Amino acid sequence: MPPSRRFDILSKRDVNKETFIKPFPEAGLMVTDSPADPQPSLRIEGGQVIELDGKLRSEFDAIDQFIALHGLDLSVAEEAVATPSQQLARMLVDINVPRAEILRLTVGCTPAKMVEIVRHMTVLEMMMGLAKMRVRRTPANQAHVTNWRENPALLAADAAEAALRGFAEVETTVRVARFAPLNALAILVGTQTGRGGVLTQCAVEESLGLRLAMKGLTTYAETLSVYGTERTFVDGDDTPWSKAFLASAYASRGVKIRCTSGTGSEALMGQSQGCSMLYLEARCLLVIRGIGSQGVQNGSISCIALPEALPGGVRIVLAENLLATLLGLEVASGNDAISSHSDMRKTAKLMMQFIPGTDFICSGYSAVPREDNLFGGGNFDASEFDDWNVLQRDMQIDGGMRPISEGDALAVRRKAARAVQALYQEVGFPPITNEEVEAAVVAHGSHDMPERNPILDLEAADKFLTSDVTLLTVARVLQQSGFEEVARNILEMGRQRLTGDYLQPAAIFDRDFHVLSGINDLNDYEGPGTGYRPENERWEEIQRLPQEQSPHEFIKDHIGTPSDRLVELGPAERGSQQEVVVGIGPAFGTALNYTIGGFSHEDVLTAILTGIAHEGLVARVVKVYHSSDCAAIGYVAAHLSGSGIGIGIQSRGTTVIHKRGLAMLSNLELFSQSPSLTLDNYEQIGRNAALYARGLSPIPVAVKIDSGARLRLIVKTTLLHRRETEEVQHDKLPVEVRFDWEPDL
Amino acid sequence: MKYPLMQHAEEIRAASGRSLNEITLETLASLSPEDLQIHANTLRAQAEIAHRAGYSQLAANLMRAAELTIVPNEEILKMYEMLRPERASFEKLMELAAYLETTYHAVETAQLVREAAQVYRERELLRR
Repeated sequence: MPPSRRFDILSKRDVNKETFIKPFPEAGLMVTDSPADPQPSLRIEGGQVIELDGKLRSEFDAIDQFIALHGLDLSVAEEAVATPSQQLARMLVDINVPRAEILRLTVGCTPAKMVEIVRHMTVLEMMMGLAKMRVRRTPANQAHVTNWRENPALLAADAAEAALRGFAEVETTVRVARFAPLNALAILVGTQTGRGGVLTQCAVEESLGLRLAMKGLTTYAETLSVYGTERTFVDGDDTPWSKAFLASAYASRGVKIRCTSGTGSEALMGQSQGCSMLYLEARCLLVIRGIGSQGVQNGSISCIALPEALPGGVRIVLAENLLATLLGLEVASGNDAISSHSDMRKTAKLMMQFIPGTDFICSGYSAVPREDNLFGGGNFDASEFDDWNVLQRDMQIDGGMRPISEGDALAVRRKAARAVQALYQEVGFPPITNEEVEAAVVAHGSHDMPERNPILDLEAADKFLTSDVTLLTVARVLQQSGFEEVARNILEMGRQRLTGDYLQPAAIFDRDFHVLSGINDLNDYEGPGTGYRPENERWEEIQRLPQEQSPHEFIKDHIGTPSDRLVELGPAERGSQQEVVVGIGPAFGTALNYTIGGFSHEDVLTAILTGIAHEGLVARVVKVYHSSDCAAIGYVAAHLSGSGIGIGIQSRGTTVIHKRGLAMLSNLELFSQSPSLTLDNYEQIGRNAALYARGLSPIPVAVKIDSGARLRLIVKTTLLHRRETEEVQHDKLPVEVRFDWEPDL
Repeated sequence: MKYPLMQHAEEIRAASGRSLNEITLETLASLSPEDLQIHANTLRAQAEIAHRAGYSQLAANLMRAAELTIVPNEEILKMYEMLRPERASFEKLMELAAYLETTYHAVETAQLVREAAQVYRERELLRR
């Protein structure tokens, strides 16, 4: 059998570059409800958990023990586990049940109980739940800023632009681990140039991350990885207790932490014990709460392609975000690593978090090009900023970003690159040249940057890490170099550290350096008319895309000077000769002068009349005032025509050949695709009209089909039609018009 | 104190004892790194706020953090290393707990370390 052309095309679609597999529970390749997942159970005796999800105390592994000791709120746990899961699921979507009432119970749920709750829920219901249960009232977003060359000027410039674009947090990392202190420094300076108050982190190995925080170079740490099986945890070189100590160590230096978990990591590391991804993630989340982390980065994160290879994967990734909120954890909800080859699939998945809103919709929107993203990320990247801004505008949703002008972007990029240049000079790091600064200002990515000597940079990085240079030194140098505002913002980050305000759940800073967290900006969504929605200034900002046009300016190219070759003579009479009457719209050649395709009305009329003359007929031109509708104009022309054949043409160029006796909305030929019409087409329309008038049956004029025309031009069409309709005079009868033209035969 | 504590800048002190209000661009030249280190009392105040808002585990973490404010950076890094899997014997972890308690009065952190030692022993996560 010959192959199907259609299946050939389908096989080449981006979505068919993905891997789709059948569930394989033994390998942990099952998103939820694996045969090895336990049923929920809990027994407490003398204040001690003696049974958890089917396991007795003697069978507990380290994770079970940690959950039993720290993860569960034992005062409500028995009540929570006894509450029917479907009832808890219904409470999540019931607008009459406030967040606090649900949270009171869910913090006592065991991992298997949590899985059982979401088993009852569709993605729509989970989105409702997420909208209500997320911690912070105001949603936000996080950016990734990295580059392959690890160029400090480019890092600073990109961080500044990301800050200006509204990201509340900026995360960097390294290609070569030793670069960490320099990269952390560059994004600190960059963000505080773009907007004071943006929190920054540098994702590196735990001890190194702690050192950076101690130097004041970072304000939060996110990559405290947590896993759902003991073996995976140990393979990750930690235990819940070492992670808990680490969390306290960070907080003791005034640094915020957020753990990282997410479906698929245990299967990827070969240690799933046959459990489903969601069950293991529920265990992670109870550990994370037990550690005392204020939040989590989850939603599969770097493993996203694994659940997406399985049935129900996207649903379960949403479920993990929801489960985190059920424990009162701040959620940075994935959408960071590349999740699909297909833009359609990626965007559909994004909507799970974008529409309800989360504390950070992306746990890293790549604010640099994908190829510069050292997280292996870039599900959405710097080339898609405008797409994101448009989605916010389409849905009146705050996705944590804002449109900016090119001029503003270039200004902050230059300032940030210069600030980091000054800092390198004063601290004695390898110099950043003016050429590098200028390249960084206009760059899209690493490709646009000159090379640096990485050996010298790495030597400087090593010395910097062990030196006594801290945030204070940075602020001082910037102040002395004339970057007073940047210095002030960096010092303010230090001052904020002294208050500990940003250690509370879901804390970020607004543009005025005011903290917003689950304490003072608590999500209060309780159904329509409540909770956060972008309004007033924020909604104005979201609407005002730089590429937005003024409707008044939009049709100016179609307005010229009224044609002096068209002269109104007097009331139009019905003819008796073998003629074609050309009816023109009320704005034709006067209020408007060019069709949507850009042809002057004089040229269009000339083409039509030439076509009629070629077939040996005469033509009369009649201006119709009582309607701007194409059918009505053609209908009147046909009625006035001695032959009964008329042409109707609107100012935007839409044309009809009409015949007396047909219903108004019927016609001989209709050319609704005015943008595709050429002058040759108009001449052919004239010829065909003349042939109809002679009683012949010509071949209809062939016009190219352009399926994108309506998409491109519907706004212009609307505005041109509106302008024409403004010229309508309902009581005015058609007027005979003389067109100053001689047939060129 | 009411959240955010930044509203009470006059009552906030750095680990060095310097008042938050005295930490400005104008005084920048005279500041030392300890002037930008959070004070244990501030962490306890935040723990109280977290606890009242229902975040009891976060509050416990902030209480441990308060204890650790006086532990030097290099010691912190070493302690963390000891708590990682298969790094320390049961005795070493118990010694660490005692050290935290006697040297830094870090009672809560010491309790966490003792708990870790017990579980590590049961789960064979101690140094072999």
